[in-house]
Amino acid sequence: MLSRTADNLYWLSRYMERADCLARILDVTQRLAQLPAAYGGSTNEWRSALLTAGCAEQFKAVYGDDISEQNVITFLAFSPENPSSIRNCFEIARTNARSVRTALTMEMWETINSSWLELKRYSTKNMTREELARFMSFVKETSLRFDGAAYRTMLRNDAFWFSRVGMYVERADNTARILDVKYHVLLPDSEHIGGPLDYFQWASILRSVSALTSFHWVYRESVKPWLVADLLILNAQMPRSLTSCYQNITRYLDDIAAYYGRQGGSQRLARSTLTRLGNSRMEDIFQTGLHEYIDTFVTENNRLGSIVNEQYLL
Amino acid sequence: MSVAFDEMTNADGSIRPAYAALSRWLSNVPPDVLDYRRREAEFIFRRIGITFAVYGESDAQERLIPFDIIPRILTGGEWRRLSLGLEQRTKALNLYLKDIYSRREILKAGVVPEDLVYQNPAFRPEMNGQKVPHDLYVHIAGIDVVRVDADTFYVLEDNARTPSGVSYMLENREIMMRLFPELFAENRVAPVENYTDELLATLKSLAPGTSNSDPAVVVLTPGIYNSAYYEHSFLADKLGVELVEGRDLFVRNDIVYMRTTEGPRRVDVIYRRLDDDFIDPLAFRPDSALGVPGLMSAYNAGNVTLTNAVGTGVADDKAVYSYMPDIIRFYLGEEPLLKNVPTWRCREPDHLKYVLDHLNELVVKEVHGSGGYGMLIGPRADKAQIELFRAKLKQDPNNFIAQPTLALSTCPTFVEEGIAPRHVDLRPFVLTGSDKVRIVPGGLTRVALEAGSLVVNSSQGGGTKDTWVLEES
Repeated sequence: MLSRTADNLYWLSRYMERADCLARILDVTQRLAQLPAAYGGSTNEWRSALLTAGCAEQFKAVYGDDISEQNVITFLAFSPENPSSIRNCFEIARTNARSVRTALTMEMWETINSSWLELKRYSTKNMTREELARFMSFVKETSLRFDGAAYRTMLRNDAFWFSRVGMYVERADNTARILDVKYHVLLPDSEHIGGPLDYFQWASILRSVSALTSFHWVYRESVKPWLVADLLILNAQMPRSLTSCYQNITRYLDDIAAYYGRQGGSQRLARSTLTRLGNSRMEDIFQTGLHEYIDTFVTENNRLGSIVNEQYLL
Repeated sequence: MSVAFDEMTNADGSIRPAYAALSRWLSNVPPDVLDYRRREAEFIFRRIGITFAVYGESDAQERLIPFDIIPRILTGGEWRRLSLGLEQRTKALNLYLKDIYSRREILKAGVVPEDLVYQNPAFRPEMNGQKVPHDLYVHIAGIDVVRVDADTFYVLEDNARTPSGVSYMLENREIMMRLFPELFAENRVAPVENYTDELLATLKSLAPGTSNSDPAVVVLTPGIYNSAYYEHSFLADKLGVELVEGRDLFVRNDIVYMRTTEGPRRVDVIYRRLDDDFIDPLAFRPDSALGVPGLMSAYNAGNVTLTNAVGTGVADDKAVYSYMPDIIRFYLGEEPLLKNVPTWRCREPDHLKYVLDHLNELVVKEVHGSGGYGMLIGPRADKAQIELFRAKLKQDPNNFIAQPTLALSTCPTFVEEGIAPRHVDLRPFVLTGSDKVRIVPGGLTRVALEAGSLVVNSSQGGGTKDTWVLEES
């Protein structure tokens, strides 16, 4: 297939996944910021949200140090100045979809197109909390529909595999960045077991990857920081964990390699990252440093992105 | 203006045989059923046709071209005469272009004046002495014809560059078959759906001699912001070939490649929907970001076929049009099977004088204009418009031609006040391969939806109809 088509599909899925992740971050941040200070509620949460979304620098360029709830929401959800705002994600996804119209199924195209039309109904000015909540669930539903449409209707060939690889690379990046921004509340030495403050922080991490309920089903325990880290990094059952993402990335890159009859750098790197995740234990990760571990992962994940790019998309 | 010929109903009120079944059906079907189906058709078009839309900077503008549900019908006999004429005309266009870019015998013989070629902005000196694969230039032609009575078709315009509209021909038929299966049971309508198959066979037959046994064909589009983008993606999809933009292609050692996930892959035939000016920034407009640097060099080396060839515009403007009957006689030694609309060339002083004296009766057109813009329809113009054109004509007579206002035929059309006659034209598509000429029976019928209007262009309120050619059973 054309490299541009593969590139468009890959980024189309990345942007749909990113929009979904941003909506969750905003959701969770708002929830946390509303808590009384004694429960960990603080305006610092909005700074965290910017860091997690990876756009603190761009925000500063537009708003300076005025990190208010309204500004952050506007910036992450709607701002044209933020290349990764939810609105821009949808815009880019739709532009990509139009230029690879023949590689998409009707169902995928209709999801993207209708959500893009619907997006125009939400204005940023004076949005009530209720409207914002509606907006967030609209974004989440859109990515569910898109994902479902892709899964149910696409031919299982390189077009499908490239779009899946894009989605999982993006998802791994998002999970890793959530962990990276909040790693300090998961460290054993900052632990005050049972303290309400930390509980809400941990719960919010789980919520941002929609895993609060899953946590209890997996561990049948109250929320503990090392288990939160375990769930998001190593647990293969958890669909947003780094391990699960890399199982999928490896699988789809292998499908591509088998189809083309040729292995390359991306397959090797994905497999070695998956192996490293498989050989890790939480104790060791905490010992060598959670922050360093995640940092390395983010770097490697980015490197995979550029190798996929060089190998197939240029 | 005389009364227009109606394709369904004779002057005495009797129904012409080809329309007998349709007419019976129309008089039995309640108007609300028609209206319901019309809305259904529009709904389907909106769903698939969401991408017919033209997108501005900030907002999507739905631009659905109105679709009329009453088909336009031609008999098999009418079609056969028409298609012979179309084939003849396309042959002549190809021979003319070959001559213009090589020996120029037609200029030496004084049949066509030299300045019509040399001063034509669509003339490409780069093509002089340049051999093109199979000596063919116009592989896909859209010849606009109009009808004025039971026997007479006129050619209105030759489109030899990148004619569009064929996706409407195909989609219109799809929708009609979905909405009115009972009509297709009563009429033996020749199918058109094999067009894309014929197109693929044509394109493959045109591959250059240096290509592989199974030539790689692509459709080259300017991209998603082009108003015909939907058609480009539609055709690529139906042909089963890649839809490429300029940046997907590159040229190395005069061979064209596309960038694929499995590395570079050679391209042999490019069905380009991009004007000459934009195809290669090294050869033509240097500011074009849509083209492929080096494409002309690969083309000149004979390693790739461009359809249509570069420089075909020198054969299809309105001034050359008036010479088409002579061009046909010159190359084929035959009388033209399809008539030309009588045309006054304002470049000739006695013609100009006649035109200036009869402005209120004539249609005056710009030589290079298209889309129904920049023209004067004398009988409908007010004094100010006529005087404006008089001044324009005196200032730059070479830029204009004039024709009598034709009484274009009418067809029954479903409009607000019910079923009423509206003026139509027809654009059949002529495919010329190295093996043969292919024409699917039908084309795009455009209809002027406003009562009395002669302007069928979609940019000015025209709609489209499905076009039926009846086979004798």
